[in-house]
Amino acid sequence: MKKSSVTKRPAKKSRSDFFILRLYIAGQTPNSMTAIANLKKICEEKLEGKYRLEVVDLLKKPQLAKGDQIVAIPTLVRRLPPPVKKIIGNLSKTESVIVGLDLQSAR
Amino acid sequence: MAEAKPKQEAARTMLAKSPTGIQGLDELTGGGLPKGRVSLVCGKAGCGKSLLAMEFLVHGAVRYGEPGVCINFEETEEKLIANVASLGFDLRDLIKRKKLFLDYVFIERSQITEAGEYNLDGLFVRLAHAVKTIKAKRVVLDSVQALFAGVADTAILRSELQRLFRWLDENNLTAIVTGEAGVDTLTRHGLEEYIADCVIALDHRVTEQISTRRLRIVKYRGTAHGTDEYPFLIDEDGISVVPITSLVLSHKALKERVSTGIAALDEMMEGKGFYRGSSVLVTGTAGTGKSSMAANFARAACARGDLCLYFTFEESPSQILRNMRSVGLDLEKWVKQGLLHFNAMRPTSTGLEGHLAVIHRQIAQLKPSVVVIDPITNLISTSGSYDVKSMLVRLVDFLKVQQITSMFTNLTFAGDPQERTAAAVSSLMDTWIVLRDSKPNGRPRRELYVLKSRGMAHSREVRELIVSKKGLELGVVLSDHTVATHVAGQ
Repeated sequence: MKKSSVTKRPAKKSRSDFFILRLYIAGQTPNSMTAIANLKKICEEKLEGKYRLEVVDLLKKPQLAKGDQIVAIPTLVRRLPPPVKKIIGNLSKTESVIVGLDLQSAR
Repeated sequence: MAEAKPKQEAARTMLAKSPTGIQGLDELTGGGLPKGRVSLVCGKAGCGKSLLAMEFLVHGAVRYGEPGVCINFEETEEKLIANVASLGFDLRDLIKRKKLFLDYVFIERSQITEAGEYNLDGLFVRLAHAVKTIKAKRVVLDSVQALFAGVADTAILRSELQRLFRWLDENNLTAIVTGEAGVDTLTRHGLEEYIADCVIALDHRVTEQISTRRLRIVKYRGTAHGTDEYPFLIDEDGISVVPITSLVLSHKALKERVSTGIAALDEMMEGKGFYRGSSVLVTGTAGTGKSSMAANFARAACARGDLCLYFTFEESPSQILRNMRSVGLDLEKWVKQGLLHFNAMRPTSTGLEGHLAVIHRQIAQLKPSVVVIDPITNLISTSGSYDVKSMLVRLVDFLKVQQITSMFTNLTFAGDPQERTAAAVSSLMDTWIVLRDSKPNGRPRRELYVLKSRGMAHSREVRELIVSKKGLELGVVLSDHTVATHVAGQ
């Protein structure tokens, strides 16, 4: 895992189906590593070229926890499109992630 | 035996305490909350637990040099700041000076989907960040049960809470966790099971339209504590608890004497009057001159330079000043000089406990030498079934420990001369002066006698009490001596 953020260049698309995602972790714990791997897989499959993912390690930037009201780790925040949605856990339940991010309609 | 003692002493000092700064509570707990440990404060909504926790932080930051963090699960920072501003706490200033750190933690369940394993590291990160930022020594979590509404998996939540409390212990933080009262349990989610060191329960009851607040120390490991409920008060200065001031009768008896305010009455008491630090009861039916006696006693106290605190339950201070002027007592002069302080309260404005809390607080602030409570009857009448005597014992003990000379007046009713008072308070009093009406030969007059006065050879004569424009005086010894030879005191 390199640094604290992974950025994908988006292919310009209409605003509403572009996803901005932020995954909060606290250190490289097994759950966090699993979450990153799971999330990447889902995004590649469902959102190819239509998303930007940022991983925030709260051990490095604890002050960022407040803004998105992070309590559980890992927490994935869908910042765009609105409304804001949060998914907590290591994202191993793929169906829940797809439902939580509202990816069925994004297709 | 002699060797065992220092060991015991050492064990006692080993348990370090963190003072809360809350009047009365630190006395009850022998110095405050267990230092570096987690304490639970529980009770129903509105019982004052958040305020207690906040006072613990503010006093810690201001008085004891211990910065504090408040993780609040229920109110935003702005609301919290506004809530305690009325108590004179300027949280913004403390935050600016890095003495206080507020973090509002909010979980919107409807926004959240759970998809796999997680823990509450986010909360830990926030708490650790806050503690590190201001080098905090104190932490408040108010109130964690909000997490139960926000986190679906209670098994995870429970183990995480345990981990959180352990983390607080390991980091040597003195913490208060608040919890809402459950139906049959101290807290709704059984938080008390996780907290081993100190549990305090608060209660707010309304009986006969009078509200009383009580505090009970449910457990406090390593500290002898009373298991009684202690009344407490929330007013513009925050919380104050009425403690028992002395578990034993250890107050020192003073030999100094103070004037009763009436030269002839002093004469009846070995020519010297009351003992300083003693408590005096004045009973009588309506219109027998009890208030005049009390006012005269207060005037005499001020005249010799004693600070006097005068609690009145029936009349406003201005009414008393006017009435007493009519019998030649100029009290206004002493008010202006700052030696006489009035405190007028409506008897029904709060319960007996509330009144006692006010009395305690005022005495602690002013440190008077003389206290007058006129009349105590009203305190008794507001109390309902609660044990009046134990409350009055606390008050009288408190006054004695402070070496304050006190006078209580009490209204008795015709045909029921002393019984009611006698049962409740007389045994607590060192001196008991009885006033009564009499109509020998159709001419009404007031009579006075000293029913008891501990530690002195007092006169048992009945004298006429003369209240005139010139003040209070005693007339000649009355020939129709009808007092039963009541041998009181020793």
